[in-house]
Amino acid sequence: MSGGVDSSVAAVLLKQQGYDVTGMMLRLWSEAGWEDSNRCCTPDSMAQARRVAAILDIPFYAVDVKELFRSTVVQAFLDGYAQGLTPNPCLVCNRQIKWGYLLEHARALGADYLASGHYARKRKAEDGREELLRALDHAKDQSYVLHVLTQERLGQALFPVGEYSKPEIRELARTFNLPTAGRPESQDLCFLAGQDYRDFIRRNAPQITRPGPIRDRLGRILGEHSGLAYYTIGQRKGLGIPSSVPLYVLSKDAATNSLVVGVQAELGQSVLKVHDVNWIAGAAPSESIRLQVKTRYTAREAWAIVSPLAAGQVEVHFELPQRDLTPGQAAVFYAGEVVLGGGLIQ
Amino acid sequence: MSDLNYFDYAATTPVDAGVLEVMLPYFGEMFGNPSSLHRQGQRAEAAVEQARETVAAGLHCDPGEVVFTSCGTESDNLAIRGAVVARRAATGANRIITSRAEHHAVSKTAEQLGKLYGFQVDWLETDEYGLITPQAVKQAITRDTALVSVMAANNEIGTLNPLSEIGAVCRAHALPFHSDAVQAAAYLPLDVNELGVDLLSLGAHKFYGPKGIGVLYVRKGTSLLPAQTGGGQEGGLRAGTQNVPYIVGFAEAFRLTCEERDRRAAHVRPLRDQIIGRVLEEIPDSRLTGHPELRLPNHASFAFKDMDGNLLLTLLDAAGFACSSGSACKTGNPEPSEVMAAIGLPPQWGLGSLRVTLGKDSTAAQVEAFLDVLPGLVQKARALNRR
Repeated sequence: MSGGVDSSVAAVLLKQQGYDVTGMMLRLWSEAGWEDSNRCCTPDSMAQARRVAAILDIPFYAVDVKELFRSTVVQAFLDGYAQGLTPNPCLVCNRQIKWGYLLEHARALGADYLASGHYARKRKAEDGREELLRALDHAKDQSYVLHVLTQERLGQALFPVGEYSKPEIRELARTFNLPTAGRPESQDLCFLAGQDYRDFIRRNAPQITRPGPIRDRLGRILGEHSGLAYYTIGQRKGLGIPSSVPLYVLSKDAATNSLVVGVQAELGQSVLKVHDVNWIAGAAPSESIRLQVKTRYTAREAWAIVSPLAAGQVEVHFELPQRDLTPGQAAVFYAGEVVLGGGLIQ
Repeated sequence: MSDLNYFDYAATTPVDAGVLEVMLPYFGEMFGNPSSLHRQGQRAEAAVEQARETVAAGLHCDPGEVVFTSCGTESDNLAIRGAVVARRAATGANRIITSRAEHHAVSKTAEQLGKLYGFQVDWLETDEYGLITPQAVKQAITRDTALVSVMAANNEIGTLNPLSEIGAVCRAHALPFHSDAVQAAAYLPLDVNELGVDLLSLGAHKFYGPKGIGVLYVRKGTSLLPAQTGGGQEGGLRAGTQNVPYIVGFAEAFRLTCEERDRRAAHVRPLRDQIIGRVLEEIPDSRLTGHPELRLPNHASFAFKDMDGNLLLTLLDAAGFACSSGSACKTGNPEPSEVMAAIGLPPQWGLGSLRVTLGKDSTAAQVEAFLDVLPGLVQKARALNRR
């Protein structure tokens, strides 16, 4: 429970369905001095979650994962930027913290399932396997960050709000008189506390990135960048290069610490390598398969041929060139409503 | 989830049925304000003064030396703030002697007086059991000392301090001596003359009385600046209409406690010894915190190496056992407590504390059930901790 409306309603729904429910809240890491602005575990949100638990008459425990969060999620975030990637810490959090440590903790308390307020669904396939599905409300769908789940973990997961639309969930919260009904959405990375990630890096790990050349695709030096970590793929503004045509960030070359820029026509890309792939079914498909691929949490899915390679690797051939494919983000594979798996863009 | 087995009597106790019964009329038919002239007021006043006499009898003091407050914490605040400010005004003395092992009601008060009000706090070192020796007090006393405050029994680790000896040291230096006896009152005889205290704090809910009512004993001649001014109630030291039903409840709970103290201690002591013995024997890397002998008879406290005490409490609660820890924190933000730091617990042990406290309704069967699950849960907590 986060103190937000989704996990609060999730708890109500489970209770109505007859489950013996216990509330748990993660106490995550915050940068010193920014504790009150952390997106998901301010004292205020904890008080809200506690109120909801009291109204539902369920036990409630706060679980301290500050150190684990710092050493896994925050570290991976900084390591990723140090390698010239654009990491997605929510994936690490879902794998290591929520569906890792917290699930184990819940199991130790005697729980059979760990439920969350994620907008996603699951069902049992005819062969007995657990399948992860998009939320009914595609606009709120969060299955993208859940592609890291294995059969075992998915089997122990429940997503009660995935069967509803967000307005329905808010309506339910009002019906149940939950104090969280009107709380604003949580967005962005919790530990950035609402600030630009660049400021976070400048304050906490400025040494992971250093100035270097801005080049075009032919290797010609056009200017100097202030550190690869401070740029995103597809970025146009803030490059500081005089040019008659708009220039965009095409890629980052960590080996030479170069920022590669080009004109809009050079942005598209049709082929993508993906590594660290998790197939939710437990094994890769035996042959190439035509699927929809989502390359960012907020991106639209695009049709592609997905070809499994050796251990945990996949090659993706898009039917139309895609913009802003960003190493470090996840590519997630969908067959209609079903999430087959995903991995990290290379 | 099974019914809860309660092992947290140091946190609070249920109100005794007999105590509740004597309180009830003062919510209804005898609702008067003790300050009123009419008979309704007189009845209420009589109840408060009767209660004061009952408490005074238990403390072996004069009824005029008993001040009713809202809780033990208020008593501590009134005692410390009131005494040091009054003494500084009279003599210029501006130093406070106390320790980090005190309850926050004392240590945070001293800290604030130090930070914002121009006092200097001399923090006493405890020994490895959390005990303050009379020698340590003696060494800390200077010409500028305004007050010595040493708790009777430590809430986290149960250690009893040698109050009468410390009291003698203070008396020899003509210094006011305050003691927080909130945790001790349920089990220690509290004769203020034997203890040599000038100020003594009590709270009813630690001995089967209601929450929200406390007492401060103020020895005649101890000058105290009132923390709350107004209608002059409680000898001018604590203005505000008296909470008559709760004052009546305090007195009855205290009377019963003085009457049954030995019996209650005899009931919990063997259960406590059984817990201490079996935990140390059956759980690897465990140690007793606090003094092995000089400790409250209902109090067992431990540290487990490489374990998160909060995690253990969660597991215990889910299994139906209510306990507490030195770092107990509902927000899941564990920090080793000042007490754990004061007794010099190494870092690997500092977060792994557990407090098990018994009461008059504790049974041998509950203790047995507790000891059956504890080793397994410590193991589980350690396994989760290792990630």
